[in-house]
Amino acid sequence: MFRELWESFTDALEGLGSVVHFLFRLVVHSPRALLRFSLISQQIFNSGAFSLVIIMLSGLFVGMVLGLQGFQLLQRFGSEESLGVAATIGLVKELGPVVTALLFAGRAGTALASELGLMRATDQISAMEMMAVDPIQRVVVPRFLGGVISMPLLAAIFSVVGIYGAQLIGVQIMGVDAGSFWSQMRSAVGLRDVTEGIVKSLIFGVACSLIAVYQGYYATPTAEGVGRATTSTVVTSAVVILFLDYLITAAFL
Amino acid sequence: MRKSRTLNLGTGSFVLLGFAALFFLTTQTTSRGLTWFGPPRYEVIAKFDNVGDLKVGAPVSMSGVEIGRVAKIDFDSNEYKAVVQLRLNARFDKIPTDSDASIYTQGLLGGKFIGITAGGADTYLKDQDRIDFTQSAFVLENLIGQVLANFTKSKADEQRAAPADSKPTEKTK
Repeated sequence: MFRELWESFTDALEGLGSVVHFLFRLVVHSPRALLRFSLISQQIFNSGAFSLVIIMLSGLFVGMVLGLQGFQLLQRFGSEESLGVAATIGLVKELGPVVTALLFAGRAGTALASELGLMRATDQISAMEMMAVDPIQRVVVPRFLGGVISMPLLAAIFSVVGIYGAQLIGVQIMGVDAGSFWSQMRSAVGLRDVTEGIVKSLIFGVACSLIAVYQGYYATPTAEGVGRATTSTVVTSAVVILFLDYLITAAFL
Repeated sequence: MRKSRTLNLGTGSFVLLGFAALFFLTTQTTSRGLTWFGPPRYEVIAKFDNVGDLKVGAPVSMSGVEIGRVAKIDFDSNEYKAVVQLRLNARFDKIPTDSDASIYTQGLLGGKFIGITAGGADTYLKDQDRIDFTQSAFVLENLIGQVLANFTKSKADEQRAAPADSKPTEKTK
């Protein structure tokens, strides 16, 4: 039994090592891939612009819930005016980056993993290697960079839509004064909070895209293998995002 | 060619939207960057004995209407007073020179802000003028201290007045 445990432990370590190795390969190839920006731009469109609707809808509803919950809670202390602060801090620092990353893993990460897995399964990647085209540079790096660039932008859009959602509920429906909603927000939210959100979403972007392209690129070339790669993309991304979220929050305190 | 054009258009508008959102977050939700744009302003100075937890960026209001913001808080080591620089919107340029500035609290737990009450002078505040009449922040701890001091004092008085009566006497208004 100890032997099995030990083996599963070394397997996990090996997996982690190969992910890190893969990340290094991606980073090394990135500068040259940046020269062919049209490939990256296409991937920004695929993973970013197509996620826009789900991100904006979720942001709106998350913001509305924050407005409602925050109002109920703050009303007990007679400080409904702090609703803007509560909603904005919550959205910019936590919910924006985290929920965006989770949605991104579900919407774009799965698409990346299954696309690459299917390329692997249908031997397209081997065919590229035969033609002396580096599949990492031609296929993987643009997808990776596209995800990394899209994520902070999506998170920012999520937060802005969320703030307006909170404002919609708090100010229009619950009757919090619009002036104090915004002015208290401005005096309480610092540039540091926004920076924390941006740093978070950048790191989540790297993590999500890396996991997705890694799972897809090294998927078992069968129908079942592609399916499994897609599933484990979502599961691993979710766990890694929440773990990293704790680490970054602790680092910024 | 046609396809790549719509594609680039989509990517471009997505990136533009994203950066607009980032810009909004950094300039509109924080106190930073608010003075980059906006109407012309002028600055006046007010010296307070105690500013409490007044912060840079706190609103300055007159009759409840926001007319500017606190630009800078400094300490004058000659007079031992807090020097608060108020950046006011130039639209509100008819504030009499004998107006007074007080520090108030928004709500129960809210932040501090400066309220200006108009005086009756015919001359108006100009850039770099000074508001002479100020009222310090209401500091909760001081008030509690005063209440406690009064309370213990009145209790001691009561005991001195009626040493035989151990029952608490009725409160006098």
